[in-house]
Parts: sequence; structure tokens; C-alpha cells
Amino acid sequence: MESSAPATPSETPRPALLSGKMGKEGQGSDALLRLVKAVLPPLLGLAAFVAIWYVATLSGGSGIPGPVATWQEAVKLFGDPFYRNTPNDQGIGWNVLASLQRVGIGFGIAAAVGIPLGFLIGRFDFLARMLSPIISLLRPVSPLAWLPIGLLVFKKADPAATWTLFICSIWPMILNTAAGVKQVPQDYLNVARVLALSEWQVFTRILLPAVLPAVLTGVRLSIGVAWLVIVAAEMLTGGVGIGFWVWDEWNNLNVAHILIAIGVIGIVGLLLDQGLMLLAKRFTFESR
Amino acid sequence: MVSATPIDRHADKFVHLQGVEQAFATKQGRFVALRDIDLAIAKGEFITLIGHSGCGKSTLLNLIAGLTVPTAGALICDGREIAKPGPERAVVFQNHSLLPWLTCFGNIHLAVEKVFGAKEGKARLKARTDAALALVGLAHAAAKYPHEISGGMKQRVGIARALSMEPKVLLMDEPFGALDALTRAKLQDELLKICEATRATVVMVTHDVDEAVLLADRVVMLNNGPAATIGEILPVPLARPRDRLALAADPTYLACRQAVLTFLYEKQRHPQPLAA
Repeated sequence: MESSAPATPSETPRPALLSGKMGKEGQGSDALLRLVKAVLPPLLGLAAFVAIWYVATLSGGSGIPGPVATWQEAVKLFGDPFYRNTPNDQGIGWNVLASLQRVGIGFGIAAAVGIPLGFLIGRFDFLARMLSPIISLLRPVSPLAWLPIGLLVFKKADPAATWTLFICSIWPMILNTAAGVKQVPQDYLNVARVLALSEWQVFTRILLPAVLPAVLTGVRLSIGVAWLVIVAAEMLTGGVGIGFWVWDEWNNLNVAHILIAIGVIGIVGLLLDQGLMLLAKRFTFESR
Repeated sequence: MVSATPIDRHADKFVHLQGVEQAFATKQGRFVALRDIDLAIAKGEFITLIGHSGCGKSTLLNLIAGLTVPTAGALICDGREIAKPGPERAVVFQNHSLLPWLTCFGNIHLAVEKVFGAKEGKARLKARTDAALALVGLAHAAAKYPHEISGGMKQRVGIARALSMEPKVLLMDEPFGALDALTRAKLQDELLKICEATRATVVMVTHDVDEAVLLADRVVMLNNGPAATIGEILPVPLARPRDRLALAADPTYLACRQAVLTFLYEKQRHPQPLAA
């Protein structure tokens, strides 16, 4: 497409080496071109998606609302996201916040337990071999299988959901932290030995900064999994939360709201991931 | 024994290795890397260790550093047995080993803080760090991170870090091995100047014959492993300060160089034919 566009004189010579040192006018149209190149494919993809959705729901026989109807519902819904009628009838904003809070608590406890445990497993081989069969056995289990145990122990739905999130988000943090500790180059530890750093100084000055990127990878994976699991967990436990809300709207046969919820869950998940990615970038060092 | 050089001529045994042996347990059984290593290093002396790759040069350096413990024999530094690594025997590692999350200043400051932090104030520690950076000509790069500077600069920071600790012995493990020839020559000249100024005791592992002769008071040549021993010790009776260009045609320099080459390529021909 851009090749058929009339090239301005400043654009005609475009060897890669020179493009960085072009004149001011050249830079302006270059930036515009880059912007178009960056934005065009995702926009086209979204448009195609909406078009297929539109065509597929045109007949109306499936019961799934089309994009227009869903959009109108969404406008209505987000017009008042924070209302409270009854405990089971609250605005979508409250539901999202309730889910985020659960994820935060479950993930927070998992981080408090999993990251130190990962450090210990990475540093002490004996402990690693001791815990590895348990971790290998439990890790592939769907966290929802732990929900009844949570209900039994805590006697309430809310902490049981948090417990499920704790279980699902602890594994990536343990494993990534441990792997990070194991991968700390021997060179760094030799430096520590020559400097005669104490065990605490080795931890704070060498291990912690060296392992931080791996820990943040674990955090990102954990939050991602927790955000996947929360929807299912809340469908089972009820109360307030985006998962419960989806189930409630299914019972109301309000399919447009379910579609909106899917969009909201996706956007929140994307924001969480991108936010943590930014954080990880801030603390990642170039190793060469 | 094997060596014709009387090592006892150096009365000052600042670093003293006696009957040192280093063996490793491998799947094929016990592997002896080094044996019968006797060496006395005088204070202020510059020793280069040379030998074919795999002969145990770095193993010997690690022993003096205290990073590994010998299976037999004793190592003594300044009248004390070497039991573990410490800042009094600073190491310049082969691959610079700078911590990538610290700036050049931060890397050196960590060492300075550890060695002098207990008895000196913050300003004094900073001054020491700045001085170390200035010594290797990197004052301008203090705030840069290791990945932002060249290989030669990284190695200079590594040297500055080691020197900043005011070690009794400076141990260098092929410090210039990964650098191009021009950078290497420049750093060798800088190191010569620094050592003449600080009167440092240095043990340097190298595989470069010119480097070994140019820098050393004595070149210690190791036999091929396994179970490597000291093959010869060659004194280099060249006056200091040394000038690379003037030495290039100096008969003593050439004779020393020839002696090392003869040792490496005639007496200790490498088992595999070299591709060169």
C-alpha cells in the first residue's frame, strides 16, 4: 500500500544507513509513515473481527447480539458503573474492583510465600530435591480442584476464592525465582567471595538484583494465571466479582452483558500484563 | 628439581607455595591437575604464568586466590595460610565479571565500601572510588553501566576494582585475553605504569608470549597437564620502566621471548597439532 503512495523527493533515497540522518521534512513524513505502518494492521484486524461478528449475527437466530446492539448496551452499562442496588446487583465497576481485590490478596500472599521459598530452593540443593516431587505433582492440578478444600477450611466463599488464587499463583513464582537463583553466574558469586561479602550482603548486593528480572517474570505469569482463574472461581463462589457477574447475566439470559464482560476481562488482563512488563523493563539490566 | 633456576635466591617469600597439589574427583576417577608446585614470590614482583591451554594456569591462580583449596601442600601469603578468598588477594577475572546492575562507579564502590567502609567516612570512600577510576583513565565513564562501554573499558574497570582494594597481591586471569591486539597493548602499557607506581605484587595468567615477557620479572612456565608441574622459571632481567617499542629489538628481550617459545613449542609441544 505505502509503495503505491506517491513518494516525496526526500523519501526517494531510502538506504537504511542514511534514513536516520535525513532532513527535517523527511523526518516528519517518515514518522507519519511509521505511525501508519504501526497502526494500520491492528486496526484492520479489529475491523475484520467486528465485520465477521456483524455478518455472523445478522440473522439473529443464534441469540448472540451483534456489535451494534452490544455497543449500545455497553454505553448504557458504563454510563453508571458504580451503582449499588442489592449485594447481587452492583455496577460493573464494583464487580471488576472486587475481582481485582481478590486477585491482589491471593497473589500478594502467594508472593510473600513463593518468592522467599523460590530463593531457598534455588540456593539449597537439598531443599530443591526435597520439594521438587511435591511441586511437580501439585503444579499441573487445576487450582479449582482446591476450591472445595478452601470452602471446607474457611467456611466462607470469599476466602475460599482467595485461597484458590493463592494456589494458582504460587507455582510460577516459586519456579521462576528458583530458576533465576540457579542461573546467577558463578562469576558474580566469585566476585562476592573475593570481596568477602557476608551471606546477607551476598543476598542483598548480588542475588537480589541478579534474580529480580526472573522474579518479575514469575510475578507476571502469576498475575496472568490468577486473572484467568478468578472468573471461574467466582462463577462457583458467587457474591460480587466479574466472574459471578458473567454467570448472573447468563442466568438473566443477557448475552450482550456477557460479551461486554469478556471484553472487560480481556482489557483488564492486558493492562495488568503490560503494566508488569513495564515494571520488569525498569528493573532488567543488560547482561553484556 | 626440574627447574634450573634457584628460586631461593628470592629471600623474600611474600607469597609461598609449597608442594601444592590440586586434584578433582571426576567420573573417570581422580584427576590430578597440578602437583609438586613450589614457588616463592617476592613482594613487588610481577610473575606471569604461561602454558598451553588446559595446563592448570587458572587452577593455580584460583588456589592463590583461595577460591579453591589444594588437595595437598600449603599456600602462604604474607606469613598467613591462604584459607579462603579475600580482598587482600584481589582478582581480575578473565571475563571482567562486573555486576551489570551497577555503574562503573558502583562496581568499584562496592569493593571499596567492603574493604574500607568500617573505618572511613563516605567522602573518603567516594574519593577512593574516583581515584581508582582515574587511575585507569575512566573518570568520564563513572556513571556508565557495563553494557554501555567497550570490552577494554570493562576490563579496566575490573582492574580498577581490584586495585581499589589495595590488595597485597593482584591476581589476574588472562585479563586481556578477550581484547583486540591494539587495546591489549594499550592496557599492558597502562598496567606497567600502574604497577611501577604502586609497587604491586602481581601474578598474571596469560597465553601470550610477548605479554608474559614484557610484563614479568619472572615468567613461570607450566608443563602440559594432566598433573602439570612448573617446567621452567625464566627471570626477565630488563630494566623498568619498559618501553614496548625499544624492547622490540632488544637482544635480552628477544632471548627471553625465544626461551619461552622454545619451552612452549619444542619441549612442551601441544598433544594436538595446532591449527596455526
